[in-house]
Amino acid sequence: MSLQMLREKIFQTLLKISAILCGGIVIFIALFIALESIPFFRSTPIYRLITDQSWHPTEQLFNLAPMLWGSIYAVSLAILIAVPIGILVAIYIQFYAQSLIQSLVLQIVQILSGVPSVVFGLWGLVVLSPLIAQISGPGTSLLAGGIMLSIIVLPLIVIITNAQIEQFEEDYIKSALALGMSRQSIIIRVILPGISSGLYAGISLQIGRALGETMVVLMVCGNVVQAPLNPFEPVRALTANIALEMAYALGDHRSALFVSGLLLLLLVSAISMAQTKNRTIAYV
Amino acid sequence: MRIYSTLLISWTLISSLSACGPSSKPELPSSETTRITVTGSSTIAPLAAELAKKFETEHPEFRIDVQTGGSSRGISDVRSSIAHIGMVSRALYESESDLNHHLIARDGVTIIAHGKNPVKNLSRQQIIDIYTGKIRNWSMVGGDDKPVTVVHKAEGRSTLEVFLAYTKLKNTQIKADSIIGDNQQGLKLVANNPNAIAYVSIGAAEYDAAHGLSIKLIDLDGIEASTQNVRNGRFPITRDLNFVTKGNPSEATQRFLEFAVREYNQNIVEGLGFVAADAP
Repeated sequence: MSLQMLREKIFQTLLKISAILCGGIVIFIALFIALESIPFFRSTPIYRLITDQSWHPTEQLFNLAPMLWGSIYAVSLAILIAVPIGILVAIYIQFYAQSLIQSLVLQIVQILSGVPSVVFGLWGLVVLSPLIAQISGPGTSLLAGGIMLSIIVLPLIVIITNAQIEQFEEDYIKSALALGMSRQSIIIRVILPGISSGLYAGISLQIGRALGETMVVLMVCGNVVQAPLNPFEPVRALTANIALEMAYALGDHRSALFVSGLLLLLLVSAISMAQTKNRTIAYV
Repeated sequence: MRIYSTLLISWTLISSLSACGPSSKPELPSSETTRITVTGSSTIAPLAAELAKKFETEHPEFRIDVQTGGSSRGISDVRSSIAHIGMVSRALYESESDLNHHLIARDGVTIIAHGKNPVKNLSRQQIIDIYTGKIRNWSMVGGDDKPVTVVHKAEGRSTLEVFLAYTKLKNTQIKADSIIGDNQQGLKLVANNPNAIAYVSIGAAEYDAAHGLSIKLIDLDGIEASTQNVRNGRFPITRDLNFVTKGNPSEATQRFLEFAVREYNQNIVEGLGFVAADAP
């Protein structure tokens, strides 16, 4: 075996080990969570997760549905706020800002994307929640959670949109210009439809990220287990539930928390699978 | 060859993962070593750590590991012999009579409100009415015309159990606006919300109030919320801080237990805002 072949072999093995490690960890964690959930399914019929009166696991009541809604509402709110603003900021950076401002805004957005979520959470608790409390309710609420999550998601939406616009075929823009289209209609009618599939992919990744966000929602959402009637009411997200109760949970309570982890895992994988499918269609 | 190496790799992977997985538990020392493992309530952990430090200085041949995870973990770890001593921040239930308990200190749970809240005193009934949603406005208990933000603890916390025992409420009866995890989260939340009411460990509240956090300790039925009144037994919401053991503890464990309840540790106990157990 020549030296080069040996090198090639070593390199290949290294690649294989990395791939197996990466895939193996995910599978191992998923298996572990599923295994830890089994005691719950043995002792409690699965429909009780949505038919029980409330979530009071120490009193054997296991209704997870309000927390599922809490997670979905908070993430939807965050996406509703962050996506339009994020796209507008990216368009501004690409087409309207002077180069100095352009690089400045991009810098700030990049810094923002690196701020640890617990720092945002502290700000949300000390500044945002009291502000919301002045309008209505206790302050720590679905609205606070939605806003904080949107701040976490926003920088990446800007960065993704920005990258998509940069990769966009210049020929289309040139043709549009040759047709005499205005800058505004080129952006709205040519570029935005052109980058939409890439945007969907980016946004669904951010949905997954927002769903998994724990510290911020734990700090600003109020954590009351209920289906909120309006955004000023507190909610508890699935992630916050696990973080709040895991340290003190025993027996069925503990496995019920693993069930909520399993639910989150399924939700996130469903989103990511839908996104992969979406992208394949886009490429075809 | 190829299959073999893949198998080998996955085996290494799985075994290394399971080593750092949930099955890794604090190791029980063999009989020659004198390592003592203490797990349980996060309320007692600082006290246990201080006691351990002093004990280790006096007896360098001992090593004491203090780990937190809640009173329930303390109980289950001692039962399954994962820990030598469990820290349990409440009196033991009847179902736990298989374990021995050693009272090392007492802790009061106090009601707190924002520092600018004019309400100074609440009765037990008023607290029950606030937490069950019958009183929704501070003006009904002599405060400003502001809605009450009821702050409650997450299931499984021992402060929650102490509070429920005092109010004789069930957790399902409580209507909260905000649910928190540990004492610090509660103190921060109340300091930033002028309408909030919460209950936290009296030691932590007294310390933070003395160090400029905008909170106040609410008196109960005219009894001032202070560690002083926990000590003399007048303050109604208190809890026992226990070390629990199973069967006949080892000699090392026995020595640490004797050390922990000895009187000259009072300054450590009081330095942390707790109350020495054997005080009158």
